[in-house]
Amino acid sequence: MSKDLNSLVGKPWKKPPFIQRGWLRWSLVLGFAVYMVAAVLTIEVNWARVYEGLERGKQFILAFTSPDFASRSGDIWDGMLESIIMTVAASVVGIGISIPIALGAARNVAPLPVYLICRGIIAISRALQEIIVAILLVAIFGFGPLAGFLTLSFATIGFLSKLLAEDIESMDKVQAEAIKASGAHWGQWINYGIQPQVMPRLIGLSMYRIDINFRESAILGLVGAGGIGATLNTAFDRYEYDTAAAILLIIIVIVMALEYLSGIIRERVQ
Amino acid sequence: MLRLEKLVKTYKTGDQALKSVDLEVPDGQVLALIGPSGAGKSTLIRCINRLVEPTSGNVFLGGVELTGLSSGNLRKERRRMGMIFQEYALVERLTVMENVLSGRLGYVSFWRSFLRKYPQKDVDEAFRLLDRVGLLEMADKRADELSGGQRQRVGICRALIQDPALLLVDEPTASLDPKTSRQIMRLICELCKERGLAAIINIHDVALAQMFVQRVIGLRFGAVEFDGPPDALTPVVLTTIYGEEDWEATIDKIDEEGDEPEAAE
Amino acid sequence: MPVQDVQGQKVWQRRTGRESLFHWLLWLAGIAVFAYCWQQISNATTWFFVWDAPSIAGDIWRRATPPKWEYITQLGEPIWDTLNIATLGTIIALFLAVPVAFLAARNTTPSTLFIRPIALLIIVSTRSINSLIWALLLIAIIGPGVFAGVIAIAIRSIGFCAKLLYEAIEEIDHTQVEAITATGASRWQVMAYGIVPQILPAFAGIAVFRWDINIRESTVLGLVGAGGIGLQLSASLNVLAWPQVALILLVILAAVVISEWVSAKVRGAII
Repeated sequence: MSKDLNSLVGKPWKKPPFIQRGWLRWSLVLGFAVYMVAAVLTIEVNWARVYEGLERGKQFILAFTSPDFASRSGDIWDGMLESIIMTVAASVVGIGISIPIALGAARNVAPLPVYLICRGIIAISRALQEIIVAILLVAIFGFGPLAGFLTLSFATIGFLSKLLAEDIESMDKVQAEAIKASGAHWGQWINYGIQPQVMPRLIGLSMYRIDINFRESAILGLVGAGGIGATLNTAFDRYEYDTAAAILLIIIVIVMALEYLSGIIRERVQ
Repeated sequence: MLRLEKLVKTYKTGDQALKSVDLEVPDGQVLALIGPSGAGKSTLIRCINRLVEPTSGNVFLGGVELTGLSSGNLRKERRRMGMIFQEYALVERLTVMENVLSGRLGYVSFWRSFLRKYPQKDVDEAFRLLDRVGLLEMADKRADELSGGQRQRVGICRALIQDPALLLVDEPTASLDPKTSRQIMRLICELCKERGLAAIINIHDVALAQMFVQRVIGLRFGAVEFDGPPDALTPVVLTTIYGEEDWEATIDKIDEEGDEPEAAE
Repeated sequence: MPVQDVQGQKVWQRRTGRESLFHWLLWLAGIAVFAYCWQQISNATTWFFVWDAPSIAGDIWRRATPPKWEYITQLGEPIWDTLNIATLGTIIALFLAVPVAFLAARNTTPSTLFIRPIALLIIVSTRSINSLIWALLLIAIIGPGVFAGVIAIAIRSIGFCAKLLYEAIEEIDHTQVEAITATGASRWQVMAYGIVPQILPAFAGIAVFRWDINIRESTVLGLVGAGGIGLQLSASLNVLAWPQVALILLVILAAVVISEWVSAKVRGAII
């Protein structure tokens, strides 16, 4: 493949394309273009309605400058408290259940049958969305925060167990072996060989999940599973933008506070 | 050709990296800058093309005063100063050819460079330079597929395609093995001679510097301690540049200076 | 000191007396908070329904199986809409997230004092609020339909993508940027040659990752009226047509699995 300077000088140079095969490159480009055209064409936009809505949009944005915390303070307070209660309870229970499942889903700790069962639970929990789970649980357990609490606990298991199991699988084997060599039984082995290695990650992930649980708890109310979502929905329905803005501001502030807190905690444990 | 007058650089942390450096480099002279870590070598080189903004003093490049230039005019003057880096500083995810052509960025419009439509004479020159350093076959390889020595050759091509009058070379051999180091130094000095370029080469290895350059500047604590031909570098002179023969003290000093910003060189 | 002298014998303890007391108090407080939360949930629950839950669940299961397979013919268009909401929403979000990310990254922002906080505010506010809430809001403003769904997904994704992207920008190798600057390149050229090639892999990864999440989220946007397969789900739930609900849930499950597979494949090809 030797190249000669004389054969290159005077000829234009082009960057070699990212995808070497010409037909593949062009069919990908063409396919994407066709899809985009089709997608944009099939979206029906009622521009008159959108234009009308701009005024309301402006009002909503202006509402952020004068949010109304007062006129529905009772509803907002109850809803927020319920959201926080669901978040706390679901995080505690979810994290508590996640830890044994994570151990079961780590191939280097658990025997194969346990591994398969735990991986199955994780897969189901991850594939089903919070809001769909909430709908089903509301249908089964009735309206109220219990359905929301169960939904969030269930979702926490899928999230936390998967990431924690991956962490256990990628941990340093030598440390765990050293503990085993000292004659420790299984429980001691987990406690001394594995727990210290994955603890910082567990705390970091838990903080992150508490953050997610709070955000999710804000929408569960839309399907009757408790929390601030119901209040928010009512506010939108009645076009009470100043109340809606107040609720959204509270959510944003709490999420920011949680993120700040989890940053501090993660720095301290690592 | 290049003249520094009372160049001072004080970092925000209060470290004085350069204390009133005066230096004149005539056309076509290859000069080595030696001195311990933290002596301000890297800062000095970067103050010339204002990658580091000098605190006070003047830099003249062929009659143009650089320190007062607006950013547009500074970019024009930067084209006349090719720079070669310690860790090669190639854009790793671009091809060798793109890396070489990036030396022409100061000459072409944004859209031309964005669409990779460089003028034909730039492309020809890029191929000639790659041929000169023996990397013609690598033109369409990605830069991160190359070995250290090869990457540094690409870095040299990138600096030369700017058609500079002066080369600023920052520790060109620090990440290379001894044999490759010599090859790279030889290549740089040969190319400077071929093209009549002046160069300031910042280098740790005193022996290597003596082997190739015409003039040596010794820097210590941001001040010029020595200025003369390579033969004049006696052990006594080296002691004044690198500190007392007391090695304990030298090691301590380097540790201390590890916290200074220019220790990142 | 963890080592104490008790009757002439040295006793090692993990924590000192005060430390262990503090630890116990912390645990006690945690348990008290949890007990309070549980009590509140319990008070708001009609336990009569909960004890009845197994039979209700069995009842729903009997009604929902087998799924109404022929209903799939009516799901073609909703599935297409769902795909479009996710894809177009992701593309719009990426276009908006790139400038926000450059303004938010410490090393590329024009002003740390004024512009960076604004960019960070955009990121945190769009990220904190779920796409369903954005959809609710947009429906109130521009009316129900697929368009509201696209915009809701786009807004929600801006913060997510911009956050990951600006972290990638802050981690780039600075010497490559320096080298391009030293050639006399303009600000935009430095961006195109020094920064963009370094963050391109991260960008592609983020795009596919977010697209995968957006497919999941767009399947339920219809619950509040923002188009896609969620509309059918909501309609079927309202009339308690459980066999249809079962089929829709299966379709959503399949969509989630396929999108995760696609995104894993694409990410594997890029990196």
